[in-house]
Amino acid sequence: MELKKFIELFAEQFDDTASELFTPSTIFKDLEEWDSLTALSVIAMVDEELEKRITGADIRTSKTIEDLYNLAISN
Amino acid sequence: MKAYIKGISYYLPETIITNEEISRRFPEWSVEKIISKIGILKRHVAGEHETASDLACKATEKLLTEYNIDKSTIDYIIFVTQSPDYILPTTACILQDRLGLSTSIGAIDVNQGCSGFIMGISLAKGLILGGMAKNVLLITAETYSKYIHPKDKGNMTIFGDAAAATLISTEGIAEIKNFSFGTDGRGAPNLIVKTGAQRFLKPMNDLVFDEKGNLKSSDHLFMDGAAIVNYTLDYIPPLVVDTLEKNGIEKKDVDLFVFHQANKFIMDLLRKKLRIDEDKFYKYYEETGNTVSSTIPIALYHAMSKSVVKSNSKVLIAAQGLGYSWAGAILEFTD
Repeated sequence: MELKKFIELFAEQFDDTASELFTPSTIFKDLEEWDSLTALSVIAMVDEELEKRITGADIRTSKTIEDLYNLAISN
Repeated sequence: MKAYIKGISYYLPETIITNEEISRRFPEWSVEKIISKIGILKRHVAGEHETASDLACKATEKLLTEYNIDKSTIDYIIFVTQSPDYILPTTACILQDRLGLSTSIGAIDVNQGCSGFIMGISLAKGLILGGMAKNVLLITAETYSKYIHPKDKGNMTIFGDAAAATLISTEGIAEIKNFSFGTDGRGAPNLIVKTGAQRFLKPMNDLVFDEKGNLKSSDHLFMDGAAIVNYTLDYIPPLVVDTLEKNGIEKKDVDLFVFHQANKFIMDLLRKKLRIDEDKFYKYYEETGNTVSSTIPIALYHAMSKSVVKSNSKVLIAAQGLGYSWAGAILEFTD
Protein backbone atom coordinates (compact mmCIF):
# COMPACT_ATOMS: atom_id res chain seq x y z
CA MET A 1 0.00 0.00 0.00
CA GLU A 2 1.19 3.48 -0.94
CA LEU A 3 1.63 6.15 1.71
CA LYS A 4 -1.06 8.29 0.04
CA LYS A 5 -3.69 5.56 0.44
CA PHE A 6 -2.56 4.91 4.03
CA ILE A 7 -3.07 8.58 4.89
CA GLU A 8 -6.57 8.48 3.38
CA LEU A 9 -7.46 5.43 5.47
CA PHE A 10 -5.85 6.98 8.56
CA ALA A 11 -8.00 10.11 8.07
CA GLU A 12 -11.14 7.96 7.81
CA GLN A 13 -10.69 6.99 11.47
CA PHE A 14 -11.50 10.59 12.42
CA ASP A 15 -14.96 12.16 12.38
CA ASP A 16 -14.37 15.87 12.99
CA THR A 17 -10.87 16.61 11.66
CA ALA A 18 -10.48 18.38 8.29
CA SER A 19 -8.91 16.08 5.67
CA GLU A 20 -6.26 18.67 4.66
CA LEU A 21 -4.72 18.29 8.12
CA PHE A 22 -3.56 14.78 7.23
CA THR A 23 -0.15 14.80 5.52
CA PRO A 24 2.90 12.51 5.77
CA SER A 25 4.44 14.88 8.35
CA THR A 26 1.30 15.35 10.47
CA ILE A 27 2.12 14.79 14.14
CA PHE A 28 -1.03 12.78 14.69
CA LYS A 29 -0.99 12.81 18.50
CA ASP A 30 -1.26 16.62 18.33
CA LEU A 31 -4.58 16.41 16.48
CA GLU A 32 -7.31 17.49 18.86
CA GLU A 33 -9.51 14.50 18.01
CA TRP A 34 -6.75 11.92 18.58
CA ASP A 35 -7.39 9.75 21.66
CA SER A 36 -7.08 6.18 22.88
CA LEU A 37 -10.16 5.13 20.88
CA THR A 38 -8.72 6.54 17.64
CA ALA A 39 -5.57 4.53 18.34
CA LEU A 40 -7.66 1.34 18.51
CA SER A 41 -9.43 2.24 15.25
CA VAL A 42 -6.05 2.72 13.56
CA ILE A 43 -4.84 -0.70 14.81
CA ALA A 44 -8.03 -2.29 13.43
CA MET A 45 -7.66 -0.42 10.10
CA VAL A 46 -4.05 -1.58 9.68
CA ASP A 47 -5.13 -5.18 10.39
CA GLU A 48 -8.01 -5.02 7.93
CA GLU A 49 -6.49 -3.02 5.09
CA LEU A 50 -2.79 -3.93 5.24
CA GLU A 51 -3.13 -7.31 6.94
CA LYS A 52 -0.36 -6.10 9.24
CA ARG A 53 -0.23 -5.78 12.99
CA ILE A 54 0.83 -2.63 14.83
CA THR A 55 1.13 -2.41 18.60
CA GLY A 56 0.49 0.28 21.17
CA ALA A 57 4.29 0.65 21.37
CA ASP A 58 4.45 1.31 17.59
CA ILE A 59 1.92 4.10 18.04
CA ARG A 60 3.78 5.51 21.06
CA THR A 61 7.12 5.62 19.22
CA SER A 62 5.74 7.10 15.98
CA LYS A 63 5.56 10.86 15.64
CA THR A 64 4.21 11.39 12.16
CA ILE A 65 1.73 9.47 10.03
CA GLU A 66 4.64 8.51 7.77
CA ASP A 67 6.54 7.07 10.77
CA LEU A 68 3.56 4.86 11.58
CA TYR A 69 3.18 3.87 7.92
CA ASN A 70 6.83 2.80 7.77
CA LEU A 71 6.47 0.75 10.94
CA ALA A 72 3.24 -0.85 9.73
CA ILE A 73 4.63 -1.97 6.36
CA SER A 74 7.82 -3.31 7.96
CA ASN A 75 5.92 -5.44 10.52
CA MET B 1 -24.68 -39.11 29.93
CA LYS B 2 -25.00 -35.59 28.54
CA ALA B 3 -24.94 -32.16 30.19
CA TYR B 4 -27.44 -29.43 29.44
CA ILE B 5 -28.13 -25.83 30.32
CA LYS B 6 -31.47 -26.00 32.05
CA GLY B 7 -32.10 -22.34 32.82
CA ILE B 8 -30.48 -18.89 32.89
CA SER B 9 -31.48 -15.78 34.86
CA TYR B 10 -29.64 -12.61 35.70
CA TYR B 11 -29.70 -9.59 37.93
CA LEU B 12 -28.45 -6.03 37.43
CA PRO B 13 -27.88 -3.71 40.41
CA GLU B 14 -30.18 -0.68 40.68
CA THR B 15 -27.81 2.24 40.18
CA ILE B 16 -27.36 3.23 36.54
CA ILE B 17 -24.61 5.35 34.99
CA THR B 18 -25.86 6.92 31.76
CA ASN B 19 -23.78 8.26 28.88
CA GLU B 20 -25.11 11.72 29.72
CA GLU B 21 -23.59 11.43 33.18
CA ILE B 22 -20.22 10.25 31.81
CA SER B 23 -20.24 13.09 29.28
CA ARG B 24 -21.02 15.59 32.05
CA ARG B 25 -18.02 14.35 34.03
CA PHE B 26 -15.75 14.09 30.97
CA PRO B 27 -16.83 16.81 28.51
CA GLU B 28 -14.30 15.60 25.92
CA TRP B 29 -16.41 12.44 25.54
CA SER B 30 -19.74 13.29 23.94
CA VAL B 31 -22.78 11.03 24.23
CA GLU B 32 -22.69 10.63 20.43
CA LYS B 33 -19.06 9.54 20.51
CA ILE B 34 -19.70 6.94 23.23
CA ILE B 35 -22.64 5.51 21.27
CA SER B 36 -20.88 5.47 17.90
CA LYS B 37 -17.59 3.98 19.17
CA ILE B 38 -18.46 1.94 22.27
CA GLY B 39 -22.16 1.37 21.57
CA ILE B 40 -23.14 1.14 25.23
CA LEU B 41 -26.12 3.25 26.39
CA LYS B 42 -25.94 2.57 30.12
CA ARG B 43 -24.28 0.39 32.71
CA HIS B 44 -25.43 -0.71 36.16
CA VAL B 45 -23.14 -0.47 39.17
CA ALA B 46 -23.34 -2.11 42.59
CA GLY B 47 -24.03 0.00 45.67
CA GLU B 48 -21.27 0.91 48.10
CA HIS B 49 -22.02 -2.04 50.39
CA GLU B 50 -23.31 -4.39 47.70
CA THR B 51 -20.95 -7.20 46.66
CA ALA B 52 -20.84 -9.70 43.81
CA SER B 53 -22.26 -12.35 46.15
CA ASP B 54 -25.25 -10.08 46.87
CA LEU B 55 -25.90 -9.84 43.13
CA ALA B 56 -25.34 -13.60 42.88
CA CYS B 57 -28.07 -14.30 45.47
CA LYS B 58 -30.57 -12.14 43.59
CA ALA B 59 -29.76 -13.76 40.23
CA THR B 60 -30.11 -17.24 41.79
CA GLU B 61 -33.43 -16.40 43.46
CA LYS B 62 -34.73 -15.28 40.05
CA LEU B 63 -33.50 -18.50 38.45
CA LEU B 64 -35.17 -20.68 41.10
CA THR B 65 -38.46 -18.80 40.70
CA GLU B 66 -38.50 -18.42 36.91
CA TYR B 67 -37.74 -22.11 36.29
CA ASN B 68 -39.55 -23.41 39.38
CA ILE B 69 -36.42 -25.23 40.58
CA ASP B 70 -36.40 -27.08 43.90
CA LYS B 71 -33.20 -25.79 45.50
CA SER B 72 -32.67 -29.01 47.45
CA THR B 73 -31.79 -30.65 44.09
CA ILE B 74 -28.74 -28.41 43.60
CA ASP B 75 -25.68 -30.50 44.42
CA TYR B 76 -22.75 -28.24 43.42
CA ILE B 77 -22.03 -24.50 43.22
CA ILE B 78 -19.42 -22.95 40.97
CA PHE B 79 -19.02 -19.25 41.64
CA VAL B 80 -17.07 -17.39 38.95
CA THR B 81 -15.83 -14.06 40.25
CA GLN B 82 -12.84 -11.78 40.60
CA SER B 83 -14.72 -9.71 43.19
CA PRO B 84 -14.87 -12.15 46.12
CA ASP B 85 -16.29 -11.11 49.50
CA TYR B 86 -13.02 -11.98 51.25
CA ILE B 87 -9.47 -13.07 50.40
CA LEU B 88 -10.60 -16.21 52.18
CA PRO B 89 -12.85 -18.15 52.74
CA THR B 90 -14.37 -19.20 49.42
CA THR B 91 -17.38 -17.04 48.54
CA ALA B 92 -19.21 -20.10 47.11
CA CYS B 93 -19.30 -21.57 50.65
CA ILE B 94 -20.95 -18.38 51.93
CA LEU B 95 -23.43 -18.59 49.05
CA GLN B 96 -24.36 -22.17 50.01
CA ASP B 97 -25.52 -20.85 53.37
CA ARG B 98 -27.13 -17.65 52.15
CA LEU B 99 -29.09 -19.47 49.44
CA GLY B 100 -30.18 -22.16 51.89
CA LEU B 101 -28.72 -24.99 49.83
CA SER B 102 -27.97 -28.46 51.09
CA THR B 103 -24.77 -28.92 53.12
CA SER B 104 -24.10 -32.13 51.14
CA ILE B 105 -22.76 -30.22 48.13
CA GLY B 106 -19.45 -29.08 46.65
CA ALA B 107 -18.74 -25.36 46.38
CA ILE B 108 -15.83 -23.69 44.61
CA ASP B 109 -14.83 -20.23 43.41
CA VAL B 110 -13.31 -19.85 39.98
CA ASN B 111 -11.15 -16.78 39.40
CA GLN B 112 -11.69 -16.00 35.73
CA GLY B 113 -12.81 -12.90 33.87
CA CYS B 114 -14.60 -12.71 30.55
CA SER B 115 -13.95 -16.37 29.68
CA GLY B 116 -15.47 -17.36 33.06
CA PHE B 117 -18.89 -18.48 31.87
CA ILE B 118 -17.48 -20.88 29.29
CA MET B 119 -14.82 -22.14 31.73
CA GLY B 120 -17.62 -22.59 34.30
CA ILE B 121 -19.90 -24.65 32.07
CA SER B 122 -16.92 -26.81 31.08
CA LEU B 123 -16.34 -27.66 34.76
CA ALA B 124 -20.06 -28.23 35.32
CA LYS B 125 -20.22 -30.58 32.33
CA GLY B 126 -17.22 -32.48 33.72
CA LEU B 127 -18.93 -32.90 37.10
CA ILE B 128 -22.09 -34.18 35.45
CA LEU B 129 -20.41 -36.53 32.97
CA GLY B 130 -18.17 -37.80 35.78
CA GLY B 131 -21.27 -38.73 37.77
CA MET B 132 -20.30 -36.41 40.65
CA ALA B 133 -23.27 -34.04 40.40
CA LYS B 134 -26.67 -33.82 38.74
CA ASN B 135 -27.61 -30.14 39.15
CA VAL B 136 -24.76 -27.65 39.11
CA LEU B 137 -25.50 -24.02 39.93
CA LEU B 138 -23.05 -21.83 38.01
CA ILE B 139 -23.07 -18.19 39.07
CA THR B 140 -21.03 -15.51 37.33
CA ALA B 141 -20.88 -12.18 39.16
CA GLU B 142 -18.65 -9.12 39.05
CA THR B 143 -18.45 -5.65 40.55
CA TYR B 144 -15.53 -4.30 38.49
CA SER B 145 -16.93 -0.80 39.15
CA LYS B 146 -15.26 -1.00 42.57
CA TYR B 147 -11.85 -1.48 40.93
CA ILE B 148 -12.28 1.42 38.49
CA HIS B 149 -10.78 4.81 39.39
CA PRO B 150 -13.46 7.56 39.41
CA LYS B 151 -11.46 9.47 36.77
CA ASP B 152 -11.04 6.45 34.45
CA LYS B 153 -13.57 7.33 31.77
CA GLY B 154 -12.60 4.45 29.47
CA ASN B 155 -13.18 1.54 31.83
CA MET B 156 -16.14 3.32 33.44
CA THR B 157 -17.81 3.56 30.03
CA ILE B 158 -17.19 -0.06 29.09
CA PHE B 159 -17.82 -2.13 32.23
CA GLY B 160 -21.07 -2.79 34.09
CA ASP B 161 -21.78 -4.88 37.19
CA ALA B 162 -24.08 -7.91 37.00
CA ALA B 163 -24.66 -11.50 38.06
CA ALA B 164 -26.04 -14.40 36.05
CA ALA B 165 -27.18 -17.76 37.41
CA THR B 166 -27.21 -20.83 35.17
CA LEU B 167 -28.34 -24.33 36.06
CA ILE B 168 -26.46 -27.16 34.35
CA SER B 169 -28.18 -30.51 34.59
CA THR B 170 -28.65 -33.98 33.12
CA GLU B 171 -31.51 -32.65 31.00
CA GLY B 172 -32.52 -29.19 29.81
CA ILE B 173 -32.83 -26.73 26.96
CA ALA B 174 -29.37 -26.75 25.39
CA GLU B 175 -26.84 -29.54 25.25
CA ILE B 176 -23.29 -28.45 26.07
CA LYS B 177 -21.16 -29.93 23.29
CA ASN B 178 -17.36 -29.74 22.87
CA PHE B 179 -14.95 -27.02 23.96
CA SER B 180 -11.80 -25.28 22.78
CA PHE B 181 -9.56 -23.65 25.39
CA GLY B 182 -6.58 -21.32 25.34
CA THR B 183 -4.28 -19.63 27.83
CA ASP B 184 -1.34 -17.25 27.47
CA GLY B 185 -0.09 -15.81 30.75
CA ARG B 186 2.17 -13.36 28.91
CA GLY B 187 -0.98 -11.22 28.62
CA ALA B 188 -1.43 -10.92 32.40
CA PRO B 189 -0.11 -7.33 32.70
CA ASN B 190 -2.50 -6.02 30.02
CA LEU B 191 -5.67 -6.29 32.10
CA ILE B 192 -4.88 -6.25 35.76
CA VAL B 193 -5.52 -4.95 39.26
CA LYS B 194 -1.94 -5.18 40.46
CA THR B 195 -2.11 -4.51 44.18
CA GLY B 196 -4.13 -5.90 47.06
CA ALA B 197 -3.17 -9.58 46.79
CA GLN B 198 0.04 -11.24 47.92
CA ARG B 199 2.47 -10.19 45.14
CA PHE B 200 1.91 -6.51 45.93
CA LEU B 201 -0.17 -6.34 49.07
CA LYS B 202 0.06 -2.64 49.81
CA PRO B 203 -1.28 0.15 47.57
CA MET B 204 1.40 1.69 45.34
CA ASN B 205 -0.30 5.11 45.05
CA ASP B 206 1.29 5.58 41.62
CA LEU B 207 -1.60 7.18 39.73
CA VAL B 208 -0.47 8.96 36.53
CA PHE B 209 -2.36 10.61 33.67
CA ASP B 210 -1.11 10.83 30.08
CA GLU B 211 -1.51 13.98 27.97
CA LYS B 212 -4.98 12.82 26.84
CA GLY B 213 -6.22 12.25 30.39
CA ASN B 214 -5.97 8.43 30.33
CA LEU B 215 -4.85 7.15 33.69
CA LYS B 216 -2.71 4.30 34.90
CA SER B 217 -2.79 3.12 38.50
CA SER B 218 -1.54 -0.12 40.03
CA ASP B 219 -4.29 0.13 42.65
CA HIS B 220 -7.13 0.13 40.13
CA LEU B 221 -8.32 -1.75 37.08
CA PHE B 222 -5.85 -1.19 34.27
CA MET B 223 -6.52 -2.19 30.68
CA ASP B 224 -4.08 -1.73 27.79
CA GLY B 225 -6.70 -1.28 25.06
CA ALA B 226 -4.26 -1.64 22.16
CA ALA B 227 -2.87 -4.91 23.56
CA ILE B 228 -6.38 -6.29 24.12
CA VAL B 229 -7.40 -5.44 20.55
CA ASN B 230 -4.34 -7.25 19.18
CA TYR B 231 -4.98 -10.21 21.50
CA THR B 232 -8.55 -10.42 20.21
CA LEU B 233 -7.36 -10.31 16.59
CA ASP B 234 -4.65 -12.93 17.23
CA TYR B 235 -6.58 -15.52 19.20
CA ILE B 236 -10.32 -15.30 18.63
CA PRO B 237 -10.58 -16.10 14.90
CA PRO B 238 -8.49 -19.32 15.41
CA LEU B 239 -10.58 -20.08 18.54
CA VAL B 240 -13.76 -20.03 16.43
CA VAL B 241 -12.16 -22.33 13.82
CA ASP B 242 -10.97 -24.74 16.53
CA THR B 243 -14.37 -24.75 18.26
CA LEU B 244 -16.01 -25.70 14.94
CA GLU B 245 -13.42 -28.45 14.35
CA LYS B 246 -13.79 -29.88 17.86
CA ASN B 247 -17.52 -30.19 17.19
CA GLY B 248 -17.15 -31.58 13.66
CA ILE B 249 -19.19 -28.81 12.10
CA GLU B 250 -18.63 -25.91 9.71
CA LYS B 251 -19.31 -22.22 10.06
CA LYS B 252 -22.43 -22.48 7.90
CA ASP B 253 -23.91 -25.02 10.37
CA VAL B 254 -23.95 -22.44 13.16
CA ASP B 255 -27.32 -20.71 13.58
CA LEU B 256 -26.14 -18.03 15.99
CA PHE B 257 -22.83 -16.69 17.24
CA VAL B 258 -22.95 -15.40 20.82
CA PHE B 259 -19.57 -13.91 21.64
CA HIS B 260 -18.41 -12.20 24.79
CA GLN B 261 -20.18 -8.84 24.59
CA ALA B 262 -17.15 -6.63 25.19
CA ASN B 263 -18.40 -3.50 23.39
CA LYS B 264 -19.43 -2.37 19.89
CA PHE B 265 -15.87 -1.72 18.72
CA ILE B 266 -14.58 -5.21 19.58
CA MET B 267 -17.77 -6.96 18.41
CA ASP B 268 -17.77 -5.17 15.03
CA LEU B 269 -14.08 -5.92 14.62
CA LEU B 270 -14.61 -9.65 15.20
CA ARG B 271 -17.74 -9.87 13.06
CA LYS B 272 -15.94 -8.28 10.12
CA LYS B 273 -12.79 -10.32 10.62
CA LEU B 274 -14.73 -13.59 10.79
CA ARG B 275 -17.18 -12.52 8.03
CA ILE B 276 -20.26 -13.43 10.07
CA ASP B 277 -23.64 -12.16 8.78
CA GLU B 278 -25.33 -9.54 10.98
CA ASP B 279 -28.42 -11.72 11.47
CA LYS B 280 -26.33 -14.59 12.87
CA PHE B 281 -24.31 -12.37 15.22
CA TYR B 282 -26.12 -11.70 18.47
CA LYS B 283 -25.51 -8.44 20.29
CA TYR B 284 -26.60 -7.48 23.76
CA TYR B 285 -24.45 -4.81 25.37
CA GLU B 286 -26.33 -1.53 24.96
CA GLU B 287 -28.34 -1.91 28.17
CA THR B 288 -25.69 -3.48 30.41
CA GLY B 289 -22.18 -2.70 29.16
CA ASN B 290 -19.46 -5.34 29.43
CA THR B 291 -20.48 -7.41 32.47
CA VAL B 292 -17.33 -9.59 32.24
CA SER B 293 -18.25 -13.28 32.83
CA SER B 294 -22.01 -12.57 32.67
CA THR B 295 -22.20 -11.17 29.11
CA ILE B 296 -22.76 -14.53 27.42
CA PRO B 297 -25.48 -15.85 29.78
CA ILE B 298 -27.24 -12.46 29.64
CA ALA B 299 -27.08 -12.48 25.82
CA LEU B 300 -28.31 -16.11 25.73
CA TYR B 301 -31.19 -15.17 28.07
CA HIS B 302 -32.33 -12.46 25.64
CA ALA B 303 -31.72 -14.57 22.54
CA MET B 304 -33.96 -17.27 24.09
CA SER B 305 -36.67 -14.90 25.29
CA LYS B 306 -36.87 -13.21 21.88
CA SER B 307 -36.88 -16.64 20.17
CA VAL B 308 -33.70 -15.82 18.25
CA VAL B 309 -32.60 -19.32 19.20
CA LYS B 310 -35.05 -22.02 18.22
CA SER B 311 -35.33 -25.78 18.57
CA ASN B 312 -32.23 -27.52 17.25
CA SER B 313 -30.32 -24.22 16.90
CA LYS B 314 -26.56 -24.62 17.09
CA VAL B 315 -25.06 -21.69 18.97
CA LEU B 316 -21.32 -20.99 19.03
CA ILE B 317 -20.22 -19.19 22.18
CA ALA B 318 -16.72 -17.71 22.43
CA ALA B 319 -14.94 -15.38 24.82
CA GLN B 320 -11.59 -13.69 25.21
CA GLY B 321 -10.71 -12.94 28.80
CA LEU B 322 -7.94 -11.52 30.91
CA GLY B 323 -5.14 -13.82 31.92
CA TYR B 324 -5.12 -14.26 28.94
CA SER B 325 -7.74 -16.99 28.98
CA TRP B 326 -10.03 -17.77 26.06
CA ALA B 327 -12.61 -20.45 25.37
CA GLY B 328 -15.30 -21.52 22.93
CA ALA B 329 -18.06 -24.13 22.82
CA ILE B 330 -21.14 -25.22 20.91
CA LEU B 331 -24.57 -25.28 22.54
CA GLU B 332 -27.19 -27.34 20.74
CA PHE B 333 -30.74 -26.40 21.66
CA THR B 334 -33.18 -29.27 22.11
CA ASP B 335 -36.64 -29.75 20.57
